[in-house]
Amino acid sequence: MLAPTALLFLPLLVGFLINGLFGAKLPRGLSATIGCLAMGASFVGALIAVPFVRAGDVADQVLWTWMSAGSFSVDVALKFDALSCVMALIVTGVSFLIHIYSAGYMSHENQRGFSRFYTYLNLFVFSMLILVMGNNFALMFVGWEGVGLCSYLLIGFWYERERKEGDTTYPSQAAKKAFVVNRIGDFGFLIAIFLMFTTFGTLQFDAVFTNAQAAVGGAALMWGKPVLWWIAALLFIGAMGKSAQIPLYVWLPDAMQGPTPVSALIHAATMVTAGVYMVARSNVLYTLSGVGVDIVAPIGIITAAFAATMALTSYDFKGVLAYSTVSQLGYMFVGVGLGAYGAGVAHLMTHAFFKGLLFLTAGSVLHAMHDVGDIRRMGGLSRKMPITFITFAIAGLAISGFPFLSGFFSKDAILLAAYQQSPTIFWVGAATAGLTAFYTFRLLAIAFLGEPRDQALHDAAHESPAVMTLPLIVLAVLSAGAGALLGMHEDGLFYRFVGDVLHAEHHGPATMTPMYISVAVGLVGMVAGLLMYKGKSADALNSANPVLALPRAKWYVDELYDAAIVRPLEMVSRTVLWRLVDKWIIDGIVNVCGAAVYAFAGVARNVQTGVVQTYAAVILVGAIALLFMKALL
Amino acid sequence: MSSFALCLAVSAALFTLGVVGVMVKRNAIVVFMCIELMLNAANLAFVTFSRQHGGMDGQIFVFFVMAIAAAEVAIGLAIIVTVFKNRASINVDDVTMLRR
Repeated sequence: MLAPTALLFLPLLVGFLINGLFGAKLPRGLSATIGCLAMGASFVGALIAVPFVRAGDVADQVLWTWMSAGSFSVDVALKFDALSCVMALIVTGVSFLIHIYSAGYMSHENQRGFSRFYTYLNLFVFSMLILVMGNNFALMFVGWEGVGLCSYLLIGFWYERERKEGDTTYPSQAAKKAFVVNRIGDFGFLIAIFLMFTTFGTLQFDAVFTNAQAAVGGAALMWGKPVLWWIAALLFIGAMGKSAQIPLYVWLPDAMQGPTPVSALIHAATMVTAGVYMVARSNVLYTLSGVGVDIVAPIGIITAAFAATMALTSYDFKGVLAYSTVSQLGYMFVGVGLGAYGAGVAHLMTHAFFKGLLFLTAGSVLHAMHDVGDIRRMGGLSRKMPITFITFAIAGLAISGFPFLSGFFSKDAILLAAYQQSPTIFWVGAATAGLTAFYTFRLLAIAFLGEPRDQALHDAAHESPAVMTLPLIVLAVLSAGAGALLGMHEDGLFYRFVGDVLHAEHHGPATMTPMYISVAVGLVGMVAGLLMYKGKSADALNSANPVLALPRAKWYVDELYDAAIVRPLEMVSRTVLWRLVDKWIIDGIVNVCGAAVYAFAGVARNVQTGVVQTYAAVILVGAIALLFMKALL
Repeated sequence: MSSFALCLAVSAALFTLGVVGVMVKRNAIVVFMCIELMLNAANLAFVTFSRQHGGMDGQIFVFFVMAIAAAEVAIGLAIIVTVFKNRASINVDDVTMLRR
């Protein structure tokens, strides 16, 4: 089973190296061809591996020992079980489509930029595969950092761009923000890894989980909680950063400064779901420690509802989708937090399809609108861009949980788990489902229906070329049909496939009630969104309800962080750390060292007269002294 | 006074002369000659001890010292010539550039 896993990795590495080293000199078409072929080969590798995994042939192979010091040893080892297989399929499949789409979307770039883009994309998918296929937490962390790096590089892809009118940020700034905020989460992840090693003596998944189960009875307490609780909680801090949960979600909306295919691939479909994957992979830890119910699910549901309010009010096409992503990630964490790991991962998959699609349609719109993302200048685009409109509508129905589309099944599974365990989470979740439907159809009504609000832009708009619309159509089919794999109440093919890895818990019998409620709420949201915003003029959109001013200003969270963390930190750095510690203490030590040497040398250099005879006299005196010493001793 | 002691006394006297010459003389060539004097004082001591102990080591050493002294003369004179070309002086007190 080595062959398919090698086929997953190697083409991407080759593609990354070719485009990275020789990209600027390659003919234009070749860069895209190499990038897409590498990605396609990797996807084929993932497909080939599926029958092996279904037959129970789980690859768990040590490639080489990465590092070994005393009792600490980490292998570069791959584990390819059902969960890794599902993740690899989603990642490579969606990435493949987006690679193709990018050939059209990025066509205005020069060759340097074009090949750089494909270099980063291939490197990203490579890192993501390491993340989902590593068999220990250290290797997972390597992939975790690798995707973070690629995310940084791709958000800042247009690093020379300055702030655009009306924007709060610009690419290089947004990239920095993403990197720094992720670093806060990664710090938690790293501490968790240390703690795991000191507690269990290993970082390998299976060994950690076995030891955790054995240790759960007599676990040592640390600040009133079992060590296991802390490990799981700190790991989740890493997930908060990577998967944009409160309080570390602030980087994701800004990340929309990157090219739209990047937003679709990294900041909607794949990378941001790494945290969900990590929690699902460590399901033993989260179930045993209770962190899932204590922290993961509450944070998830608060994020879901909170982000939805901001999606409701944003005027930026991609901004709505960005907050929607944060909100849906919150949903996934509700699923995995409540022990419905299969449901969380299922929502991860369907979300990859419909949110990837929503972003790609956004890209199609931006491409047609000359990068104007303000929905107050759109309107009536359905006539100009029928394929984009229809695919957007399908994705919108899927995310809103319209019956029998993919989102309906995955969302239902999560809400069922909530219904059985916590009425609060269920009702907030159901309300959020309504908000989701509302803001999606608000966006659809404003951008695609009604009359054009900016006639000049509208006249120039056109449907995107086939290389862009084809991936849209494929994703639309998946968004609509992926539910067939899921089935009602976790009885579909998907859940049987991943059942061995994800130890699902069931709390009581399945019931249809949550499904009826969420569908009803969703339909109300859709209709309300359509009716309230169809044909609204730009002025009417601008003269907004004062109630919505707060969410429209993003609840002033950025300002709050700025005032509470960034500014004080900057001030302490400037006054205490720079002016006092650096200038006085550190520079002072250095200067004192230099001055001391200088002073001593001022005395010592008098010995050096430059007169040969003085030296000869010193030698003579020395020789005589030695002779006397010899005689005396 | 035995001839052994006499030879050693001459050697010591020569060496002292050489040392004093190196210390006090200002003319580089005289300093140089004094160095030669010290070398030859050492040679005399070598030969004296060699004869006293009946071994050949000391005499062989003398040949080495003479060979090295010859090489040293070649280099030393070359240095003095170069210094004179640059400074128009062979007074060792004038040659103190290494101090700076």
